[in-house]
Amino acid sequence: MSDLLSYILTAEFGYSMLRVTTPILFAAMGSIVAESSGASNIALEGNMLFAALFGAIGSGLTGSVFWGLIIAIAGGLIISALLIYFGLYLKTDIILSGIALNTLASGGSIFLMYVILHDKGSTSSIKTLVCPNINLPGIENIPVLGDILSGHNILTYFAFLSVIFVWFLLYKTKLGMHIRCVGENAEAAASVGIKIKSVKLVSLLISGVLASLGGAFLSMGYMNGFSRGMVSGRGFIGLAAAAMGQLSPVPTLIASLIFGCADAMSNIMAAMRIPDEFVKLIPYVTTVVGLIVISSWRTWRVKKKRIAALVSAN
Amino acid sequence: MDEILRLENITKIYPNGVTANKDANLSVRKGEIHALVGENGAGKSTLMKIIFGMEQPTEGNIIYNGKQTQIKSPLDAIACGIGMVHQHFMLVESMTVAENIVLGAEPGKGPIPNNRAMIEQTKEIIEKYNFVINPKEKISDLPIGTRQKVEILKALYKGAQVLILDEPTAVLTPQETTELFRELRGLRDMGHTIIFISHKLNEIKEICDRITIMRNGTTVGVHDVGSVSQQEISNLMVGKDIDWNIEKNPPKRGEVILDVKNVSVLDEAQRSILKEVSFSLHAGTILGIVGVEGNGQSELVEAITGLHKADAGSIKFHGNDIADSSIKQIREMGLAHIPQDRMLRGAVVNGSIEDNMIATFIDKEEFSSGPVLKTKKIRSWSEKLIKDFMVKTDGPEVPVKMLSGGNIQKVIVAREFSSNADCIIADQPTRGIDVGAAKFIHRKLIEMRDNGVAIMLISADLSEIMDVSDSLLVMYGGRFVAYFPDASKVSEEELGQYMLGVKQQTSEEVKGCIA
Ligand SMILES: Nc1ncnc2c1ncn2[C@@H]1O[C@H](COP(=O)(O)OP(=O)(O)OP(=O)(O)O)[C@@H](O)[C@H]1O
Ligand SMILES: [Mg+2]
Repeated sequence: MSDLLSYILTAEFGYSMLRVTTPILFAAMGSIVAESSGASNIALEGNMLFAALFGAIGSGLTGSVFWGLIIAIAGGLIISALLIYFGLYLKTDIILSGIALNTLASGGSIFLMYVILHDKGSTSSIKTLVCPNINLPGIENIPVLGDILSGHNILTYFAFLSVIFVWFLLYKTKLGMHIRCVGENAEAAASVGIKIKSVKLVSLLISGVLASLGGAFLSMGYMNGFSRGMVSGRGFIGLAAAAMGQLSPVPTLIASLIFGCADAMSNIMAAMRIPDEFVKLIPYVTTVVGLIVISSWRTWRVKKKRIAALVSAN
Repeated sequence: MDEILRLENITKIYPNGVTANKDANLSVRKGEIHALVGENGAGKSTLMKIIFGMEQPTEGNIIYNGKQTQIKSPLDAIACGIGMVHQHFMLVESMTVAENIVLGAEPGKGPIPNNRAMIEQTKEIIEKYNFVINPKEKISDLPIGTRQKVEILKALYKGAQVLILDEPTAVLTPQETTELFRELRGLRDMGHTIIFISHKLNEIKEICDRITIMRNGTTVGVHDVGSVSQQEISNLMVGKDIDWNIEKNPPKRGEVILDVKNVSVLDEAQRSILKEVSFSLHAGTILGIVGVEGNGQSELVEAITGLHKADAGSIKFHGNDIADSSIKQIREMGLAHIPQDRMLRGAVVNGSIEDNMIATFIDKEEFSSGPVLKTKKIRSWSEKLIKDFMVKTDGPEVPVKMLSGGNIQKVIVAREFSSNADCIIADQPTRGIDVGAAKFIHRKLIEMRDNGVAIMLISADLSEIMDVSDSLLVMYGGRFVAYFPDASKVSEEELGQYMLGVKQQTSEEVKGCIA
């Protein structure tokens, strides 16, 4: 136990926490954009899975990281396109369609891998390129902080920048205003001539791109190569983070970091020979506990304020 | 005067086969306030949505400024200079006044709105039309009357010359209505044309120049408002004479059913809205509660019905304290509630009429055995309610959202009135309901009171509350400021003075309402 503590207090742990937060954060930001327009993107998990696979194969085949990323995004958007087609055009329930697409992605990714590489387990037969790591000039030389913040994969920095991007998009652009309006009161949007379907479509696409970047990170950064089921619930944890952050970018960032921390901790524990079954539970237990803590804290705060006000009123 | 808008033989058949308009004709002159009246479901809102491009006519022509015009979407309508304020608010509550006003036509080039211009332009338009609103305030913080004004400004900002107002006064207090009328007259003087829908005929007499009457989807005539009486208008609407009289015997006052003691409620911002109010409600009586909206009436109703618990005080129903009971428990004890905000709380808008009528009795033995519903019983029962309460629809399986505004209201009233409750909290029960059906509801209330039901009636309509109630309480600033044991002995003027806080009874006099 004390081993664990002493490890958590190192710069190395901080570094690995940011690393594992990356895919969760992308997914969470993707969820915010979609959910704000009232079209839930439950298919984040599927977006990430396809993006991870396409990125792994794409970068290997083209020999270019850049094209690998583009292909990864295109792969992730296949799932978004299906979700848009089912949910917005055929008007099926968007949540159920999302769940179905996740199942499709999990089988589909293995199928595609087999068709292309004749392998059902991983893409190890092809050499995946990894996105470069970046040293932050100036910061890299600061003790401790430099070790935590510098030298990450470029996609990790993108993930944190995406928080600013999503905030700016939702609160500072016309499109963002329209997205929030459609999400909150679609009829009101229609009555001023905003096209509900187009707005939802655009938010689902943006959401898909963000989640795909998270997927690409998994196979072109976190690991080099795709293996079956490699997203393992990170899309859902991202959904939970967005819910905990009540669709606000900064609180969602904090929630994602908490989940990232749990994930990093489970990695250490796995290395310390704590039973695997238990370790794997940690991120999910954190999610549930996190949701409970946040909501009871909110109720408690309101109650406390009420009692105080009542006392002063009488 | 020139004609600005003409509808010729408009027929509208909704995709589900309902004919909402049949050969409707309308001619509106530039610069007039034109009233459109008709019973619930007569097709007024549908006709207006056609003008505003939200629905397409199945047949017929729209002539705007002398030219035949196709209006395919609200954008087309806005481009023509037509604006509409809908029967149900179309505002985004989390956004500011300015954002709502410019929404869909934000100033600024490119993808980023120019915030400074947004505030400036909103301020300009607010001043131009002599409204008093802070553009930076959030909609959720505004009272209903102000929200209504934001809706009007939204249309004006987009250059509306013709302004359609679909039952704008249904949710307003008399004071807010007076203010709205002052502003509407101002708009007319500036050359705007207004189409005004209302079920309150006195309002129409007060502010409109001409009136078009609709019946069963078609228009049955246009008149100068000065040349027809309210009686004549309502007879034309219904197609037969309406009985205006309400018979009322003296109440047979029974035991105390509901006993409210020192109840206080705080709002979100922790200000106290309800300040230690007490009263008793007796079986066989109708207690009217009047007050300008926002003086604590809604909070009182929410505390009693369990929607929002009181922060202090006791509420006894049949002698049992219900302060901590759930809404379901309170209902099961025999308390029925017609909520003020139907779209939010009363109705499951996506559910069918039948689902909505059964919603609160689903556990009763008549309608279910264990978890299984007795669908035949439910069907025949909802068919009977539809008939009794004159809900205009094709059948009980129609989704509530396809009903006209007033008919949604009737579905809720029918459910609550038939619940066999011995206490009914009726919060604005006739809001948005046509005169004929409103009279029916008034008679029903009195009939139930004669059968020993205790009724608490909250209404912004003074004539309704004075006609129906036995005794009256006036609320002002979260307290009761006056009690009249005999409602027939007060005048509207006197009530008005108490409602505005000009006069106040002694606390001894007010305490007359306890036990
Ligand atoms: N979206 C819809 N789909 C199907 N039928 C509809 C729809 N909207 C309205 N209707 C039907 O069309 C008829 C006319 O409705 P409309 O809303 O125009 O009435 P209204 O005159 O505005 O009534 P109210 O005074 O109650 O508001 C009603 O019978 C209603 O049930
Ligand atoms: Mg209507």
